[in-house]
Amino acid sequence: MTEKYTLVITVANRVGVLARISGLLSSRGINIESIVGCRTENPDVYQVHLVIRGTPELVQKISKQVQKLIDTIKVVDIPHKKGGPIREFMFAKIPARKDRSEILDIVNMFGAKIVDISPSFLTVDLSGPTRKIDQFMEMMKPFGIREYIRSGQIAVGS
Amino acid sequence: MMTGAEILIDALKKEGVDIVFGYPGGVVLPVFDVLFKTPEIRVVLTRHEQAAVHAADGYARATGRTGVCLVTSGPGATNTITGLANAKLDSIPIVVISGQVKTAVIGTDAFQEADMAGLTRPICKHSYLVQRVEDLPQVLKNSFYIARSGRPGPVAVDLPADVAQAPLENYAYPEHPDIPSYQPPEKGNANQIRKLAAAVKQASRPVILAGGGIVAAGASAELVRFAEKTNIPVATTLMALGCVPDDHELFLGMPGMHGRVSANYALMECDLLIGMGTRFDDRVTGDLKSFAAGATIAHVDIDPSEIGKILRTQIPIVGDVRSVLADLDKAVAPRPANEWNRIVREWSLVHPLSYVQDPEGEILPQYVIDRVNLQASKDTIIATDVGQHQMWSALFVRHRGPRAFLSSGGMGTMGFGLPAAMGASLGFPDRPVVVITGDGSIQMNIQELPTCTLNRIPVKIVVLNNSCLGMVRQWQELFYDGHYSKTCLKERPECRSVCSGHRPDCPNAFWPDFVRVAEANGMPGFRATRVSEVDEVLCKGFAVDGPALMEFRVKKIENVYPMVPGGKPINVILLGAAR
Repeated sequence: MTEKYTLVITVANRVGVLARISGLLSSRGINIESIVGCRTENPDVYQVHLVIRGTPELVQKISKQVQKLIDTIKVVDIPHKKGGPIREFMFAKIPARKDRSEILDIVNMFGAKIVDISPSFLTVDLSGPTRKIDQFMEMMKPFGIREYIRSGQIAVGS
Repeated sequence: MMTGAEILIDALKKEGVDIVFGYPGGVVLPVFDVLFKTPEIRVVLTRHEQAAVHAADGYARATGRTGVCLVTSGPGATNTITGLANAKLDSIPIVVISGQVKTAVIGTDAFQEADMAGLTRPICKHSYLVQRVEDLPQVLKNSFYIARSGRPGPVAVDLPADVAQAPLENYAYPEHPDIPSYQPPEKGNANQIRKLAAAVKQASRPVILAGGGIVAAGASAELVRFAEKTNIPVATTLMALGCVPDDHELFLGMPGMHGRVSANYALMECDLLIGMGTRFDDRVTGDLKSFAAGATIAHVDIDPSEIGKILRTQIPIVGDVRSVLADLDKAVAPRPANEWNRIVREWSLVHPLSYVQDPEGEILPQYVIDRVNLQASKDTIIATDVGQHQMWSALFVRHRGPRAFLSSGGMGTMGFGLPAAMGASLGFPDRPVVVITGDGSIQMNIQELPTCTLNRIPVKIVVLNNSCLGMVRQWQELFYDGHYSKTCLKERPECRSVCSGHRPDCPNAFWPDFVRVAEANGMPGFRATRVSEVDEVLCKGFAVDGPALMEFRVKKIENVYPMVPGGKPINVILLGAAR
């Protein structure tokens, strides 16, 4: 059975390191469902959170291959079904001429924030578990979502 | 003050490099200019960059030291790709330094620009693009350390021309590598080692499968000692031939697709399989479901990603195999030989390697290899190319010690043999070096003949000429209904109408004429077309003070046996007795 995993990969902050990781996955025919990368509190260290789907055996083998890269400091694989903290971030641009108050109710209900406003659009940001963002999107569908962008998932081991 | 190029050459000296294989070109000229003034480092100009990498690789395989290669950007860099991939798959320590266009024009499709760091990423252990001269000393220290430590492998360093020319004040070559994220394992886990020792005690049918890791770790003597103490039979992969002398009573031979029957049977029937420095390649295991199906699997490897990659492993031991063998030696009690030893011995006796050379018939390739053995001393290094001759060499060459049989295992790179033999010969000028090759393989790097002549590299080239791509032809015969698609090296466009592949009475001449090719490149060439000429040609060739080429016109339709068809269990063996 394939499951979703977040690989939390801590690497040296160097040119090309992301290419090494993504190349390693693509050479084995594995699709990256989402990827987030950022410097950590230590400027020489970078962290990549990437979501892949696979069997536990495959994910373990991939983790070992990633660990083998010279620039890799640490690899942790977090299965999503375990239900540890996994978060995503989203911007959505919603047309809002007439239904403004109704939209605001939903925005407040979800704890989303208005980050930009114009006569015809509201731009909101929302973070939380993927399911919460999916639900918010579902609720906003009737109003028509003009544009949205999701960050992809980041996870932290429990 | 020193320039980047001067720093590079100083680093090579500090790393103990005394020979570099290379090819100059535009952006790498600053480095070649420093080499011009550095008599301590011998630079061997090959005729193609691929050969330069294989030569560095052959040097590394034979000597155990890190091979070094220096090429220019663009095509010079891309020509190294096959060599790098070859070294990666066989875990050979080499450092390939390529020139690169100036940093200011990187990414603009400048003349002879290729993204070397990007191209080499999946086929090197690591690669660097040096963007600032300040980084160069540490990058070089790290590169040599990465190449030879842990599981060895190739490292590519891309050096832009302006970095090579840039000055650096207060240069000092670093004493230590600085790679916090890279810590190769050394000692194996004591608990797991005890577990393995206990498994050895309990096993009634144990086998050791030794791979190239034994060579890399310099653990041949320890392996033999462990095997003798525990009376465990040993199969060695292509990469490990010579680790156990082939006349040792515990030696089973090479297993796998063209392995010895005894080795294959032992791997299939064992109840404890101890893999040591091996990666259970598909050419060894055949069908995975049936491979060692009844056995407990123990796997010792320095690369944790190898353990469990192919087989479910009950006793994993991550560590340097030499250190693990030393610890194991302390943990394990002597174990007497038993019925199992008798059974595997019997398999060896019932299924010997054999061929029948008709003295009046065509020359058999196996016979030539047997006669090469008579010319070889215990110091002789034998390199091979890839194909039928490679497997016959693996089976019929007398293997007496490690690092004396150089063959492209994982990658199966035709064209490897001649340059690898050159590298080995330059590493050991006093040892005889032979390359056993085929008419297909030799033509893939035949441009290196003048390199041998001019540099007085006394490689003896044994060409087994069957006028076809023998191994591919064999597969076509066995698995493609005899559709001999493009395996005849005498084929002309008009052949299709009269010949379906390999007519015994083919009137076509074979080109090139290898004897004349040898002579045109300044070395003696000899040819044997009859069995009675084989020894004479070998004697003449081996007596030459310098390189020589010996061509043997061998039987065309001759298959390598034993053979396990791809993907089949390794005890399903074609023996070709009918032939």
